[in-house]
Amino acid sequence: MSMPYDRVKLARDNKRPTGLDYIRNLFTDFVEMHGDRYYGDDPAIVGGIARLGENPVTVLAMEKGHTAKERTRRNFGAPHPEGYRKALRLMKQAEKFGRPVICFVDTSGAYCGVGAEERGQGCAIAQNLLELSTLCVPVISIIIGEGGSGGALALALADRVWMLQNAVYSVISPEGCASILWKDSAKAAEAASSLKLTAEDAKSLGIADKILSEKELGKQEFYCRIRMLLARQLQELEEDAELVSKRYDRFRKLGTGEESQ
Amino acid sequence: MALINFLKPKNQLEEGGRTAAPVQQDAGEPEKKCPNCHKEIPLSRLWANHLVCPCGYHFRMKARQRIQMLADKDSFQERDGSWKRGNPLGFPGYQEKMETAQVASGEEEAVICGTARLGGYPCCLFVMEPYFMMGSMGSVVGEKITRLFEYAVDHQLPVIGFTVSGGARMQEGLLSLIQMAKTSGAVKRHSDAGLLYIAVLTDPTTGGVTASFAMEADILLAEPGATVGFAGARVVEQTTQKALPKGFQKAEFVLEHGFLDAIVSRGSQKKVLTQLLSLHAKGGPI
Ligand SMILES: [Zn+2]
Repeated sequence: MSMPYDRVKLARDNKRPTGLDYIRNLFTDFVEMHGDRYYGDDPAIVGGIARLGENPVTVLAMEKGHTAKERTRRNFGAPHPEGYRKALRLMKQAEKFGRPVICFVDTSGAYCGVGAEERGQGCAIAQNLLELSTLCVPVISIIIGEGGSGGALALALADRVWMLQNAVYSVISPEGCASILWKDSAKAAEAASSLKLTAEDAKSLGIADKILSEKELGKQEFYCRIRMLLARQLQELEEDAELVSKRYDRFRKLGTGEESQ
Repeated sequence: MALINFLKPKNQLEEGGRTAAPVQQDAGEPEKKCPNCHKEIPLSRLWANHLVCPCGYHFRMKARQRIQMLADKDSFQERDGSWKRGNPLGFPGYQEKMETAQVASGEEEAVICGTARLGGYPCCLFVMEPYFMMGSMGSVVGEKITRLFEYAVDHQLPVIGFTVSGGARMQEGLLSLIQMAKTSGAVKRHSDAGLLYIAVLTDPTTGGVTASFAMEADILLAEPGATVGFAGARVVEQTTQKALPKGFQKAEFVLEHGFLDAIVSRGSQKKVLTQLLSLHAKGGPI
């Protein structure tokens, strides 16, 4: 078993499949949709409509890019408010047409910039959480690399949250945690252990439902396996008349503490 | 920060904690230096003015103090006050940090929830506590706020919330993060029930609290000069390597960019909130 900080490094490896790799390999007929209809289009979140097998689905993916040039263009997968608003627009569209939503989460976090703040980064994430909590179609989120804090959660308030075996999901980066708590970012490895951010941790906390093996990662067998899992899961969720209230209960029971006496 | 001493019961004054350094005193009346106008203001004068300097600077205020200022006399009834704290991930040093925070704030956790009347109008009220780990949100904070919104739905009550927070509490890891989802779900149910939620953002409201229930209200108010944002200003500066614009993330800046309904100074808050409650009330005051 590797150390949690090794997982963080693996999750950040730019050779890992990114959001667009999943879109290209899992779905057919993908049509990309751009723009938030308010301000711009955020290349850090890719959205569109595609088929999973025969069925139309709405797909949202954070995209980090592989090469230096791509990574710069995608802002290293750190979304601006426009990305979250585009995602919300496409989720509401999915609801209108009765399509399930599948999200691929891979970000170190929502972008920390002047423009992002000026255009309401916090507000954009909050609106996604609010609307996702009652969206009337099935939502499945897969954390494929980094699940960085609120910026990741904005696409992960879902009926099912799955994580790749070496993906991580955390309230703060281990470096950030170490520098705030111990004024020493070199203690990131220690912080990574304390934060309980691995897929196994998230599963044991009830935050992730399933861990996806990385056997044959990026190969056709790998995508084929995930495609089958998604199809089966969507069928189950689509037949569930209490989908929305179960989604509420799923998050309601997490981290409750307890009443004294 | 030394002002905290003045706000606490006397028997807690000598206890430790970063916020509990003794107030500087001359022979005369204790004074507090205003970071805005740099004048020494007598504490009694600050007190009489809800901890607002004559120059308009709003000092940080303890949650109980706010409740006393806002709620009609004897109307506040606390809910879930004894919710038990824990260290669910066994995070090193967390238990000690919470104990220090308890001494510094005189509170069990970073939010106080309950029911109250404002100008005769019944409502649910939550007020976050700056002196408990800077109002950070862990399981207990998220749970208490969620329970308050659920109670408000069951009793058809509006919710008024005063936020102050450094964000999600990192010592509870993912369990803190997930409170953003949990509270958002509860706010949405309250909203879908046609009920009113007013948030008053106070200094500072940042991180995971901004990105969840703070920004989800029907009506968003803020105190003058309050920092309201998602990322910390220092992080933004480090990330972008550029100087920040003037007034960045201050309430006035956020209002100008369209993310607040109004800035309301402390002295007017009760009046404005009562007015808003009355504009949404089906019945009159009781
Ligand atoms: Zn002053």
